[in-house]
Amino acid sequence: MDLSEIFKIILIVLLIGCAVAVNLTPSLLQAVIIFMSYSSVMCLLWILMESPDLAITEAAVGAGVSGLLFLVTLKKIRREDENAEPGETGPAEGKGSRR
Amino acid sequence: MKNAFQRWLDGDIDLMANISDAAREHDHARADIKERDKKIAREIDSRRETVLMIAREREGLKMVYDVIAVICCVLVILVFMYIIAQLPLYGAENVRATTVAERYIEHGLEETGAINIVSGMILDYRAFDTLGESHVLFTALICVMILLRVDSKNQRKGFEDYYATMRETYFASEKDTILRTIGIFLVPCIFVYGIYVLLNGQNSPGGGFSGGAIMGAAMIIFTSAFGFDRVDRFFTLKLQTYVTFVALSFYSFAKGYVFFTGANGLENHIPKGTPGAILSGGLILPLDVAVGLVVACTMFGFYSLFRRGQIGGSLGRINS
Repeated sequence: MDLSEIFKIILIVLLIGCAVAVNLTPSLLQAVIIFMSYSSVMCLLWILMESPDLAITEAAVGAGVSGLLFLVTLKKIRREDENAEPGETGPAEGKGSRR
Repeated sequence: MKNAFQRWLDGDIDLMANISDAAREHDHARADIKERDKKIAREIDSRRETVLMIAREREGLKMVYDVIAVICCVLVILVFMYIIAQLPLYGAENVRATTVAERYIEHGLEETGAINIVSGMILDYRAFDTLGESHVLFTALICVMILLRVDSKNQRKGFEDYYATMRETYFASEKDTILRTIGIFLVPCIFVYGIYVLLNGQNSPGGGFSGGAIMGAAMIIFTSAFGFDRVDRFFTLKLQTYVTFVALSFYSFAKGYVFFTGANGLENHIPKGTPGAILSGGLILPLDVAVGLVVACTMFGFYSLFRRGQIGGSLGRINS
C-alpha cells in the first residue's frame, strides 16, 4: 500500500467521522463548522479523484457560501430567541442546543 | 355511565367554550387569562377518564406511526440496495455506459473545440442539463426572496427591531480593522481568480459554475469587509434581475439555435476557433459567462437576503 492510498483512507475516515459528528454535536455552531470541514475534506478527495473543477466548486460552495448562509441563519435565529419572552414558547433555554 | 369525553362528543358539555372566550379577550387581561387557563387545565386534568382516554388514543396512534415509519425506511433501503446491486462493478466493462464516454473522449475536441472535455460535455453535448441547473438556481433565489424579503408591507415595526438594528450597526463587521485590511488585498485577487476560472472554462478545470461561485464568494467577502452601502451603489435588485434575465434568455436562445441547426442538418455559423485560445470552443465561452453571472448573482442574492432581507438598497436600511 503506497502513501497516497493511506492518505485516501485517512481522508475517507475523516469524512465519515465528520458526517457522523454533524449529527451528534449538540451545539449548532459546532455542527456548522464540522459541516464546513466535511466539505473541505470532500474537496481534497475530489482532487485525489482527479476532478479539480468539482474541487473548486466544493471549496467555494460547500466550505464557503453554504456554511456562511448557515451561520447567518443561526445568528438570526438567536436574535429571535433573545427577543422572545422566556417561558412563552419554550425553546429559549439552552442557546444553541438542538431540540 | 357516560364519561366526560363521551358527553363532550354528544355535545352535552363544551370544554372549548371558556378557551374560545379567552381568545377574544386576549388583549385585555393576559394574567387573568393565564389564571383561567390554568383552572381549566386543572379541571380537565381532574376528569381522569378523559385524560386516560386521550392518552390511550395517542399511544395507539404513535404505535401506528412508528410501524409505518419503520416499514417506509426498510422499503427505501431495500430499493436503494437493489438499484446499487444492478450497477456494474467499479472498473468493469460495461457497453451501455462507456460508448457515450468513449465518443466524448475521442471526438470531443474536434466537435466542441474545448480542451477541457468536462466543459465540452456540460455546455455542448448536454447543455440543456446546465440550462436546467441555472434555472434551478434562479427558482431557488425567487423562493428565498418570497420567504425572506422585507418590504414596506411585511416590515416589522417596534422596539425589538430597533434594538436589533442598533446592535447590528454597533457590532457591524465592516468596523473590523483586520477584516478590512485583509479584504483590500484579498478581494481583488479572488475576483481576478474567479474571472480567470470563468473565462478559461473551455481550456482548464472550472467553468461557469465554479467561476461564478468564486465571484459570488468574493462579493460576500467584500460586503462583510466594507458594508452593504458600497455594494448597493452598483449591485441593485434591478441590475440583478436584468443580468439574470439576459443571461438565462441568451443561454436558451443560443442553445436553442445550436440544437435546431444540429437536429435539422443545417450549417452552424458559430466558429470553433483554435483549441487552447481563450476565444475558442464556439458557444462554450459565452455560455460559461452566462452561467457564471447567474451563479454569482444567486450566491450574493442569497447572502443579501439572509442578512437583511433585500437585494440592493432600494429600501434603505431596515427600519430607517
